[in-house]
Amino acid sequence: MRIGVVAVQGDVREHLRALERLEVEAVPVRRPAELEGLAGLILPGGESTAIWRLLKWSGLVEPIEELHRAGVPLFGTCAGMVLLAKEIVNWPERFFGFIDIAVERNASGRQVDSFETEVEVAGIGTVPAVFIRAPYIRRAGPGVEILAEHRGQPVMARQGTVLVASFHPELTDDLRVYELFLKMCG
Amino acid sequence: MLKGTYRVKTGFAEMFKGGVIMDVTTPEQAEIAEAAGAVAVMALERVPADIRKQGGVARMADPKRIKEIMKAVSIPVMAKCRIGHIAEARVLEALGVDFIDESEVLTPADPFNHIDKWQFKVPFVCGCRDLGEAARRIAEGAAMIRTKGEAGTGNVVEAVRHMRILNDQIRRLRDMSRAELVSYAKELGAPVEVLEMIQELGRLPVVNFAAGGIATPADAALMRMLGADGVFVGSGIFKSENPEKRARAIVLATTHYDDPELLAEVSEDLGEPMPGIAIEEIPQEQLMQYR
Repeated sequence: MRIGVVAVQGDVREHLRALERLEVEAVPVRRPAELEGLAGLILPGGESTAIWRLLKWSGLVEPIEELHRAGVPLFGTCAGMVLLAKEIVNWPERFFGFIDIAVERNASGRQVDSFETEVEVAGIGTVPAVFIRAPYIRRAGPGVEILAEHRGQPVMARQGTVLVASFHPELTDDLRVYELFLKMCG
Repeated sequence: MLKGTYRVKTGFAEMFKGGVIMDVTTPEQAEIAEAAGAVAVMALERVPADIRKQGGVARMADPKRIKEIMKAVSIPVMAKCRIGHIAEARVLEALGVDFIDESEVLTPADPFNHIDKWQFKVPFVCGCRDLGEAARRIAEGAAMIRTKGEAGTGNVVEAVRHMRILNDQIRRLRDMSRAELVSYAKELGAPVEVLEMIQELGRLPVVNFAAGGIATPADAALMRMLGADGVFVGSGIFKSENPEKRARAIVLATTHYDDPELLAEVSEDLGEPMPGIAIEEIPQEQLMQYR
């Protein structure tokens, strides 16, 4: 199975390493041609505004939209979740909008308020979770399954082929969230 | 729920990789940087080129200026404190800046020590010219490293020098026996434990950006080719003729550093870059990198 990681900006190396530990072929994606033959695509942590501009200027937005239409599963962590959300409550732009959630950017606060903790993920159990200037899910549409909460706040969700998390499983050694995504990829 | 842990600090720095951090002095400049795809801005009162020109003591920026910039953008805001100035660092932490640069661009406050960065919740980035300096800063708790270069010159040669030296020293370290490593630690003035960690990883245990003299998209691409995880651009953007276009071009060049056709395209018609200074023309005592 070949899984891509959007590699225009962000913590790409950590995602690639996690996939390699699961013995999956992991491909960094900076050009449209690198999307070919992918069973799934990860949008990493980073700065959502920077990643979006780089995707646009690199001609990757439409090919990723096509990939989504073709049913290839997508997984976004932190900035990746912002990019996949239908609505951003505190920002004028909308990015891909593939999952029916409204997110608030930097909802956990500035960096001094970033934290690590554990969250209970449905069907997995307790996983370590690192939240860095993290977005939270403020609203979720009827087709969206909330998979984890932190202090009553939804922080992980799935709708069809799209999986999102406010936190960074790539910064921990726990691979169970990836296993969940790989199951979606077939 | 744990805040300010080393994982939270270094993990945040990992998010900057492949990106450009831009010096800004006004909210308007910060907005231009954000629109051009910067991953963070460095809030300053004066860019390094002006600090160099005006001389005198360069200090932390006015908190009012920093707050205005924090309000203007949604991306992370960094700010500089003087080397060893624990109080300036505490002020910046209280303001809620996302990262502190303990920077040689400002006039050093402590002739003996750097800040003990383990005592802070906010992460720090520090400059280095070689592996010894990088290892000492990491031992003090730096969550990110940048090679120093020579700030405010628009001349990339010192940034290249420092990255080349760092790479060469890490390469040598990789093949060393335990006895050689201990001796090398003495030679570099570096803690043994940090060198052991670097030897095991084959790289620095934290993100390493390039800084000091990057003025063109090709400069940014060059530093990425040499292994930098990303770049800081100080005076290079807002001291140039067309900051918006140049900022965007540098952002694209930092991501697509290995695509010469794209580099050619984005380098075209950017207007005048910032004026450059030959390093030999700068009196030794005015070089910032030795601070």
